[in-house]
Amino acid sequence: MKHFMRDLSLRYKIPLRVLMLASITAILVTASILFRVYDETRNDLLHHAESLGRVLANTLVGPIAHDDVWRAYEIINSPFQSGGQDQTQIAETILVLDTKGQVYASTRPAQYPMLADPGRIDPEYAAISEMATDRNDAKPAVIDRPDSGRLFVAIPIVSGGARLGTLVMGYSKSLFLPRFVGIAQRAALMTLLALAVLLPIAWYWGNRMAGPLVRLAACMDQIGPNVPEHLHCDLFESHDEIGRAGASFRRMLKELKDKERLEQEMMVSERLAAVGRLSAGIAHEINNPLGGMLNTISTYKKHGPGDPRTLKTLALLERGLTQIKDTVAALLVEAKVESHPLSRRDIEDMRTLVAAEAAGKGVELAWENDITTDLSLPSTLVRQILINLLLNAIRAADKRVECLIYRDSRSLTLAVKNDGAHIEDDDMPYLFEPFSRLSRNGHGLGLWVTYQIARQLNGGIVVESDPGETRFAVTLPLQEES
Amino acid sequence: MSRRNFCATLALCALAPRAIAAAMSTGRPVLRIGLTPVFLDDEAIFLESWRAYLAKKLRRPVIFVQRGSYREIVELLGKNQLDAAWLCGFPFVRHEQYLRLLAVPLFQGKPLYRSYLIVPADDTRTTSLLDLRGKSFAYSDPDSNSGFLYTQFSLAQIGERSDAFFSRTFYTWAHRKVVDAVAVKMAQGGAVDGYVWETLRHSHPELTARTRVVERSPEFGFPPFVARKSLPETDFAALRQVLIAMRDDAEGHEFLLQLNLDGFVPGDRKLFDGIARMAEKVENQP
Repeated sequence: MKHFMRDLSLRYKIPLRVLMLASITAILVTASILFRVYDETRNDLLHHAESLGRVLANTLVGPIAHDDVWRAYEIINSPFQSGGQDQTQIAETILVLDTKGQVYASTRPAQYPMLADPGRIDPEYAAISEMATDRNDAKPAVIDRPDSGRLFVAIPIVSGGARLGTLVMGYSKSLFLPRFVGIAQRAALMTLLALAVLLPIAWYWGNRMAGPLVRLAACMDQIGPNVPEHLHCDLFESHDEIGRAGASFRRMLKELKDKERLEQEMMVSERLAAVGRLSAGIAHEINNPLGGMLNTISTYKKHGPGDPRTLKTLALLERGLTQIKDTVAALLVEAKVESHPLSRRDIEDMRTLVAAEAAGKGVELAWENDITTDLSLPSTLVRQILINLLLNAIRAADKRVECLIYRDSRSLTLAVKNDGAHIEDDDMPYLFEPFSRLSRNGHGLGLWVTYQIARQLNGGIVVESDPGETRFAVTLPLQEES
Repeated sequence: MSRRNFCATLALCALAPRAIAAAMSTGRPVLRIGLTPVFLDDEAIFLESWRAYLAKKLRRPVIFVQRGSYREIVELLGKNQLDAAWLCGFPFVRHEQYLRLLAVPLFQGKPLYRSYLIVPADDTRTTSLLDLRGKSFAYSDPDSNSGFLYTQFSLAQIGERSDAFFSRTFYTWAHRKVVDAVAVKMAQGGAVDGYVWETLRHSHPELTARTRVVERSPEFGFPPFVARKSLPETDFAALRQVLIAMRDDAEGHEFLLQLNLDGFVPGDRKLFDGIARMAEKVENQP
């Protein structure tokens, strides 16, 4: 049960708590009313008893003085004869005690006969009997013992300062009970009615309060080790705690996604870096013997006997070695090439270079070059990047290639778009690897070289590929122009 | 003023206006008749119609006067403030010097009645007055024969006195209330007019069922109507005639039925000799 309550959805918990609170309030209010009613009933009773007692005591003076017992009996019996009165106000027993504390007259003569000692018949009367014989005490007294089911009001019968006896009125406390039960029943009914009214309101409130939390919790539940690609969270917009929690959660989600993307990029770039180191190592190892071999061939051609058959073989050998050298050189991207700063002219040259290729394939080349001044970037490398991107784009394009070159105060961006087949998301991580399987034409080193150069220039490459548009953008930081 | 007096006064006030109106119309003086609880004198509606009946028959206004005890009625007779009264035989024989026997009711065909000794119904052990020694006892009126004198006489016969024989005695000032007192066990025994008890047995059987008759006394003269001796002879004769003639007309007969009586007769002074002897005996008790 405890777990059940703890695990219950706030949707139900809130209405249940509202109802519980309402019930507790109702019970407390009822209890205080009952307490008050008890007090008032008791006070009413005492007030009534005292006023009735005074009237009876005054009326009894004559009969007692004349020793007219029957008159005394008729007087104390008269309250019982006015039928139709509120029964709670009628005493159970009325006794008249004489100065010796003996029964002078009683409304129950069979139980309390004349001259009897009431204390012997009913021990509760013993204390009252004592009071009746105490001549100095001439005030009405209330005897209410908590352990007794009865309440006594004792009123002295006094004539001319002399005490003739005591009128004792006994009330049963159980007379209060029907009144209490009635009030409690009405209170219970009202509480039920109030709860019936409160239930739909509480239900509505509960849903309003719990709704955003429930949605937030449902959204959070979707997050496992990875952030799902198409996580849809319909969160509540507000500035209260739930709204803030939602906003925080969304921020956290975004950061989580960013982090995940960053990790993926890191993985890719680390792999590329490892491949780069490996290929550079191999290239160096190949370059040295290769240089020696080419040198040897060259020496032989100059100083050798000049046998045409050998020369022909060597030429064959030399072409092969040269091809190896070219490939290795392509792998070994050398950034420390001396070159002049990049000018508008350099970029426009590229346009000229690829224009023919584009025209041959029937691809429209849109060109926008924002560069007007020389930039502190090595022109050779930038040209190499640009031509790689342009040739790739023209090769991939359907109808149109767009080239945008622009800068801001800190960086230069070369953006090339084409409208050809787009690159699948799964292929993205392998896009920049050398001899990539994605390269259908060419030697498969174009993007690898581009990547290496961009890295060496502390730049970055962003690829966005959607059906109908693939965009490569290389951003290169400009050195501070002091 | 005690409650009884108050009630009586109230009744008087209620009856007075019509009586006065009647007096004004006829111009004849009002006839004042005292009533005592020798019969059930607490039925106001009956009393009013009986009074009207008597006024009609006498052709003069009639006023009923009720008081708390026999003594007060006797005193009013003595002071000529009442013309006649329905009294007990005991005060009649005691104050005979200024009273005159007017008429005696017939109960069960005779101008006689008895005193009953009653106890609560669930007291099945008491068989005679002697069993009530040391108990509480209710009398009707100190001037009542059946409700006081006969018990005094019975005790005197065995050499006892009421205040020593009983633990507590009290007067209820009406026979009917003696029955009440015994029924609620306020008193463990009581002396009551046999005629009243028998009448109550018809009208309020639930009350008499709570009492049990232990002893019935010998017969005595029924409580009579008496007149002051100074009442003019014509008035005396007229009232006696009206009472005696009640049994002869339907209306009067109806009243007699309600009174549980058979009629009125002129009566003989000898009827009350028994009471006079008892009174003498009790008064001369050492």
